[in-house]
Amino acid sequence: MLLGTLVYGFINSCILALIALGFNLTFGISGVANFAYGAVYIFSGFLTWIFLNSLGVPYLLSVIISILCAASVGLLVYYLIILRVKGLSLSEVMATFGLGLAIMELFRYFDFVGFKYTLPVFFDGSIGIGDVYIDYQRLIIALIAVGLTVGLYLFTHHTKIGLAFRAIAQDERTALTFGIDSDRIGALSMAFGAGLAAIAAIVILPLGTIAVEGGYEVLINALAVCIVGGLGSTVGILVASVLIGYAQTFTANYLEPHWMMLVSLIAIAVVLVVKPSGLFSHQKELEERI
Amino acid sequence: MKRRKERIDRGIKARSEDIFALSSYREMLYLLVPRAIPVVGLLGAAPFLSPYWQEVFISTAVYALLAISWDMLISAGLVSLGQSLFYGIGSYIAGALNYYWGWSPLFTLPVATIGGGILCTIMLLPVLRLRGIYFAMVTLVLPLMLMRLVEATRILGGTEGLTGLTPFPNPLMSLYVIQIALLIALFGFRRIINSDYGLIVRGISDNDRSVMSAGINIYWYKTQVLFLGASVGSFTGAFGTHVDMFAGMPGFALDYAIMPVAAAVVGGMGTFAGPMIGAFILVPLSEGLRALGALRIVFYGLFLVIFVVGLPEGLFSYMQRKYHQFERWVHVE
Amino acid sequence: MSDTTPLLKVSNVSKSFGGVAAVYAVSFKLNEGELLGIIGPNGSGKTTLVNLITGFVKPDKGKIEYSGKNITGWAPYKIVSLGIARTFQMVRPFYQLPAFKNLIVPLYSPRVKKLAGGKYGDRDAVALDLLEEVGFERDAHVSYKVAGSLPQGYLKRLELAKNMALRPDLVILDELFSGLSLAEVASIVPIIEKLRFQGKTIIMIEHRLKELFRIADRVMVLNYGEKIAEGSGKAVMESESVKKAYLGSETA
Repeated sequence: MLLGTLVYGFINSCILALIALGFNLTFGISGVANFAYGAVYIFSGFLTWIFLNSLGVPYLLSVIISILCAASVGLLVYYLIILRVKGLSLSEVMATFGLGLAIMELFRYFDFVGFKYTLPVFFDGSIGIGDVYIDYQRLIIALIAVGLTVGLYLFTHHTKIGLAFRAIAQDERTALTFGIDSDRIGALSMAFGAGLAAIAAIVILPLGTIAVEGGYEVLINALAVCIVGGLGSTVGILVASVLIGYAQTFTANYLEPHWMMLVSLIAIAVVLVVKPSGLFSHQKELEERI
Repeated sequence: MKRRKERIDRGIKARSEDIFALSSYREMLYLLVPRAIPVVGLLGAAPFLSPYWQEVFISTAVYALLAISWDMLISAGLVSLGQSLFYGIGSYIAGALNYYWGWSPLFTLPVATIGGGILCTIMLLPVLRLRGIYFAMVTLVLPLMLMRLVEATRILGGTEGLTGLTPFPNPLMSLYVIQIALLIALFGFRRIINSDYGLIVRGISDNDRSVMSAGINIYWYKTQVLFLGASVGSFTGAFGTHVDMFAGMPGFALDYAIMPVAAAVVGGMGTFAGPMIGAFILVPLSEGLRALGALRIVFYGLFLVIFVVGLPEGLFSYMQRKYHQFERWVHVE
Repeated sequence: MSDTTPLLKVSNVSKSFGGVAAVYAVSFKLNEGELLGIIGPNGSGKTTLVNLITGFVKPDKGKIEYSGKNITGWAPYKIVSLGIARTFQMVRPFYQLPAFKNLIVPLYSPRVKKLAGGKYGDRDAVALDLLEEVGFERDAHVSYKVAGSLPQGYLKRLELAKNMALRPDLVILDELFSGLSLAEVASIVPIIEKLRFQGKTIIMIEHRLKELFRIADRVMVLNYGEKIAEGSGKAVMESESVKKAYLGSETA
């Protein structure tokens, strides 16, 4: 039982981390609010399904097109919406949230509801670690999660574009004086974030069905991980995902599954009391403004 | 020679400032008519509506009250993406008091209002010290989590909720209770915001560091405003419980969270009358579109986006500006 | 309070932000009625020091005592009620409000209520009087103008009025003279002298050394977060380390 919990806990943490990565990139690292994140996640899932099943496009191609579409949606949202309300964080949040809402419920309206909406797994079968069996899909999730996290960290710390992402969140004016086109970079960051959402969707959705509720779950989970880990910190995301992921799995296995949500709530509550801006956040707290 | 547009106060506005408003009936009417419209419109029209539209009216008024409470929070800089938290808590308190101990609405309403206000304020207290965006995130996440918590632990009726609760003795009475509450909230909150107390609250939203360095404990003021907003929100939940004779998970639904925000965005944030107007436009409209099911929320979402980007000042502010000022082209040297 | 207890005592205070030491082991004493000038190149930690004293930032190390009380780590609003008031380098009034309405907020603080004997009185009138004291001309109705339409000279005076509204015992002015013409500075100096005459203790952070040295009793120099000199204006400017800090080692 313990081994199973440890292994599945790790997988759960990877799922959470993967989900939070894209959100953290746009919101935490670049300071651009994208509350349509959950919608993009579901959108990519449904889009892939449509390409695969209704249009008969081969899997790999569907995946690539979906990711590109998601990224384009990110770009469009930035240029059509964010640009006009840039800087007013409340308006950014509300506008993107409204858009995300509209997209998700639109799918529900067009009856994209039911068990037939699934994405195929990459490989069938499972592998045994000790007396615990994990399916290959979950392993792939773990691999991709770790890989992307490391990749993202390297990207934002060692490449020109990645550093530009961080620059516009820290001080946009200064970034502008360095020749960083904050609009272009902001748009790119949204595109990347959306693309990451798509990747997460394609890898995680095969575990279950594509459901509109999933979009809301994704937004809640991404927010929870970012609140606990601290907006903007890739390390924070990792630690928070591990914390929440393991806490959830332990409660599911040793207590009862329906206490899992309570655990996330408690995690958020504890963090808010102990270190309100998140465990590893870079943001200065309210009082500290020089 | 170039031209530019200039906005000037209307003559009648200048003539009705301060004590001069009493100088003639024209000035007094100018001031009174806009204020009388909601009072007369609401209280007067309600009994003449068909029972179906009376229900819609009550629902609209509930959303309007929720939107007004949202507006109070935003005036202090607190962005709430989860008014449903207040609605749900108020609803469950009133529901539980009625279901388990048989209290009548006369008692559950005040207790749920104050109790809900206190409970929600305590829940959100730790986040008050943080930047606005954290408050928004936590208010978004809390009601959704509480909903899943109820579903999982099956307390307070679980997924089915508490049913068979006591309704108001008379449908007309529920109509009038909500309207009077709405009018009190509208005029009361406007009074508060326009007073010096409201000045401090708005100052906190504008530049909290400056207010803090003026010796004001901004957290105490924020807590007070939170309590005000939370209480009114809880009232709507308690009221809704007795009208629907039901309290349950749907109390924490996204509907109650999004609608006030959409109404405020459409009507104009910070004006209190704006969110009310927004609600009175959006809710009946979506009622008419009820046949379209989930399209309703799509509708709210799109409205939110279009108005945030297109008419940020909101309908009420726009109308108010047109009422008080006129524009004309002016030649510039 | 005896003559030997300084009004403000800062002991070995340090604060770093992410590895950069903004203030390092700074100590100084301030007696009642003195006017202390704090000078130093940009980035030397002057504003951070003020933030530490007024509670906007908590020190990593060190102690701050006011009137014998240890106020290290206190919240800003509590420190204000003790009688310390500061101005901000970047003046940010409430732009949409008339100038005198900007003073309503400080006049609402618990300290003012306590000093007024539990009653607030007519705040609008008090605000208008305060503005007149700092030089808002009564005839031109400048006090009624919206703050966003006022030029920098008036905004700085508004900032000073906000400070005076709190009736502080220790007044901290952060670069009040910056952005003002010589004439404007000359018109504000009498107001500061009047504050001194009323017995208030004053700290002034300034870059305008000539104007500062005329009114300061003592001057303290910070560089890279450390105190490098203290004394009269003349003595400080002749010190080698101060010359090096301002001008660089080659020209010193």
